[in-house]
Amino acid sequence: MSQKKILLIARSAPYGSANGRELLDIALAGGAFEQDISLLFMADGVFQLQTQQQSQLVGQKDLSKTLKMLPIYDIDKLYYQASALGLRQLDQPDTAKPLSNTQIQQLISQQDVVISL
Amino acid sequence: MKFTINVCAAPLNSQAADSALRFCRAALAAGHQVERVFFYGAGVLNSNGLMSPPSDETNLHRQWCELAKQCQVPLIVCIAAAVRRGMLNQEEAERYDKSQHNVPAPFEVSGLGQLIDGIASSDRTITFAA
Repeated sequence: MSQKKILLIARSAPYGSANGRELLDIALAGGAFEQDISLLFMADGVFQLQTQQQSQLVGQKDLSKTLKMLPIYDIDKLYYQASALGLRQLDQPDTAKPLSNTQIQQLISQQDVVISL
Repeated sequence: MKFTINVCAAPLNSQAADSALRFCRAALAAGHQVERVFFYGAGVLNSNGLMSPPSDETNLHRQWCELAKQCQVPLIVCIAAAVRRGMLNQEEAERYDKSQHNVPAPFEVSGLGQLIDGIASSDRTITFAA
C-alpha cells in the first residue's frame, strides 16, 4: 500500500455526536496501515483535548483515552487551532501543538488527503 | 483521475449524500474512475434497503444501487459504524443473533481498512459530510 499524507481535522465537540470518535477511528486505522497521519483540532474540536472529561455522566466512553492510544500507532503529529482555544477560554493542552490560522493553511497545503468531521 | 468517495452523511438530513451521488455520476460521465464509495459515520444509513419514500420522491438507496450496477462502482459500508446504528447485512444479523437485516447487495460490509486502501490507491479522496 502506498503511503499518503492524511490530515484529519476534528471540528466537533467530543460527545454531542459520534464525529470525534469516528474520526479517531480513521486515525487508528490509518496508523495501522502505516499512513502518514496528522490530526488537527479546530473550532469545537478543541474540546476533545480537555483533560478530566467526565463522559460517564452522559453515558459515553472517554474519548481522551483513545487519544492516548495514538502514539502506539506512531501518530504523534497532533495540532490545535490556537484561536479556537482562546475563544473558548480553555486550558492549553500539552498533548498537541498550537497553530495559527496561517500555519493551518500551510499544514493543509502539504497534505494528499484531508478529512474533516 | 481515480477517486475514492467517503460519504459521512445520512440521506434526507442534509444534501451531502445526494451531492456525493451526483459527484460520482459527474466524475464517471467525464471519464474519471470511482475506485470505491465508502460509507462511514451516519453515511452508513444510505445502505438501508428498507428505505421507502413516496413514489414521487427520490430514493437514494436505490440510486446508489443503480450506480453500482451501471458503473461497477463498489459500495463499501463501514462495519463498525453500521452495526452501531443497526445496519446489518444477513451475515452480521446472524452473527449478532438478530432476526432482521437491512443492508442488501450490492452494498458490501467491510472495515475501515477499505477507506485507507481507497485513499492509498486513488488520486483524490473526497469526503461528503453534513
